[in-house]
Amino acid sequence: METMSPLERALRGLALTLVVVFFMFPIFWIFLMSFQTNETILAIPPSVIFTPTLSNYAALITGKLQTAAGTLDIAFMSNLGNSIFLSVASVAVSLVLGVPAAYAFARHKFRGSEDIAFTLLSFRFAPPLLVLLPLTQYFQWLGLSNTYFGLIWVYQLICLPLILWIVRGYFEDISADVEYAYRIAGHSWFATFRKIALPLAGPGIAAAGLLAFIFAWNNFVFALVLASADKQPVTVGALAFVTSSGIQYGQIAAAIVLSVTPTLALALYAQRYLVEGLSLGAVKG
Amino acid sequence: MTDTALLIKDVDKFYGPVDYGVHAVKKLNMDVRKGEIIALLGSSGCGKTSTLRMIAGFEAVSRGTISLAGREVQTLPPVRRNVAMAFEGYSLYPPLTVRENIAFALKASKLSQNVVDEKVAGIAKLLEIEDILGRYPSSISGGQQQRASLGRALIRDANLHLLDEPMGQLEPQLRALLRGRIKHYIRERGLTAILVTHDQTEANALADRIAVMEGGVLQQFDTPQKIKERPANLFTGTFVGEPPMNVFEASVSGSESKVAFGLKDGVRLEYPASDFSHAVRDALVKRQKVVLGIRPYSVRRSADGVTGRVAVNQWLGDQTHIAADFAGGTMVLVEHDRTELDVGQPIGIHLDPSSLHVFDGESGQAISHGQELA
Repeated sequence: METMSPLERALRGLALTLVVVFFMFPIFWIFLMSFQTNETILAIPPSVIFTPTLSNYAALITGKLQTAAGTLDIAFMSNLGNSIFLSVASVAVSLVLGVPAAYAFARHKFRGSEDIAFTLLSFRFAPPLLVLLPLTQYFQWLGLSNTYFGLIWVYQLICLPLILWIVRGYFEDISADVEYAYRIAGHSWFATFRKIALPLAGPGIAAAGLLAFIFAWNNFVFALVLASADKQPVTVGALAFVTSSGIQYGQIAAAIVLSVTPTLALALYAQRYLVEGLSLGAVKG
Repeated sequence: MTDTALLIKDVDKFYGPVDYGVHAVKKLNMDVRKGEIIALLGSSGCGKTSTLRMIAGFEAVSRGTISLAGREVQTLPPVRRNVAMAFEGYSLYPPLTVRENIAFALKASKLSQNVVDEKVAGIAKLLEIEDILGRYPSSISGGQQQRASLGRALIRDANLHLLDEPMGQLEPQLRALLRGRIKHYIRERGLTAILVTHDQTEANALADRIAVMEGGVLQQFDTPQKIKERPANLFTGTFVGEPPMNVFEASVSGSESKVAFGLKDGVRLEYPASDFSHAVRDALVKRQKVVLGIRPYSVRRSADGVTGRVAVNQWLGDQTHIAADFAGGTMVLVEHDRTELDVGQPIGIHLDPSSLHVFDGESGQAISHGQELA
């Protein structure tokens, strides 16, 4: 550790504070907005001093949106439930399919393996709208449009390549000799995969899973086109806040706070596994 | 056949498609008796590690058969071959301590905890790692990791022990100490071991027989002494021995009374015909081009020898290495005493015919060693 003069330390603290404020302020402001009414939000000049109200949260939870024109029904809570279900299920399916595939791509070079891996990656850089149109047609023929099954399937386009490529890198970083040593001590390749490769790549799998979850959670366009109201996640459901009689800023803010919470909780929970991953550098040969 | 521990028959290894990929091991034949210690010696990329990995089952055999204790194993997974292996890259399990890493190898054998503890303690003492048994692999040095990895292989009771560069990371003193202990340990338990190394001192000290490999081809498979005294070809001759054998291209001419070698720069070495046996003489004069080889410690200085000029004179503390410009090349001499010679000074060099190794100029195969045919 280098020694720093008090001045340097102070400047460094200042710089860090600026960065934190820059990135955190919008979130902090939205958090404040979620406890305000539309009137106090739109007041000029804006003020951080107001009487907090829980009416925004109450409206979201009861599903009754109060507007100038009267009461509107919104399905925010069921949208939130859809988001959680779709994201969790998609990531789970992707992990089940992607982790063994990543292991295979990392450990076994077979004919066309690079091509297959690359094709899977190419799902990520094709514009979603490009695949959506034909997909809509197919889904209608197959009777998959507006089903959870169909949505989870489509979400694999988002999650699977991500998990496959990130986890593959982690598997490749594990010295093959560690696995050989385990196998030669009298274990099958499957036991080696379970007992050696999976635990050692654990932090990487956690990181990939978290990232895939965030991507799935934030997806908008697939759900917009392929699902109707009762299957829609929050990203699409949020459109309901733009009503004919104005935009409900307070309720949007409350909705944002609520919809950020699951991802945030997951990230905080996964953090310690991610940090653990950094200390495993010694695995590399 | 019961005392054959390992039999390798006509084994080829290709990386990539068979017959078109990289030909790493070429038609390898080898047999190892039970209780033998074998060293696979060669430079990087000579196929020695590929061979080891095929025996262990980590690399598929492209062609040929490998038998362990009389049973063909080339298609069996590693788990069913009952071999133990120490890896060059240590390969310890990061989440386990050194003690657990070593004991791990015994898990499959279902021994009681007491027996396991006793065995681990014994091997730790042998390898001087008792003080780090409770530490994790990431917190110990490379040399310690290597010894732990070696311990994990040696503790097992396997048909065959494969040791891939087992002491490459150790300091010289420790290496010398462990060499002796490991050899004793292997002998005492009647284990069979194959050790891959590029260090010929290690190969000479540990092995009953050395397999010299180069370019995927087994060059010679013999006792350390035979390999040194009767190298099968030019490669083995120059690869084994430190400093390396001096080699000079030469043409041969012979008459009833003498044998003469014509070297570059007009240097001519003449020997009375009686210095070589009849068979050697016949074999030599049949060839146009040969390569003469002589080990540095067999070269003598003599006033009536051929003149060379001193280029380097180094006293290494226990021996002198002299390099002299000779016949368009360099002749290295080793002497046991400190020698006062200035650079540029002429010296007479004598090559004793009984120390001469003659190799075919085309194929590099040995023709004769001193008086005898190869």
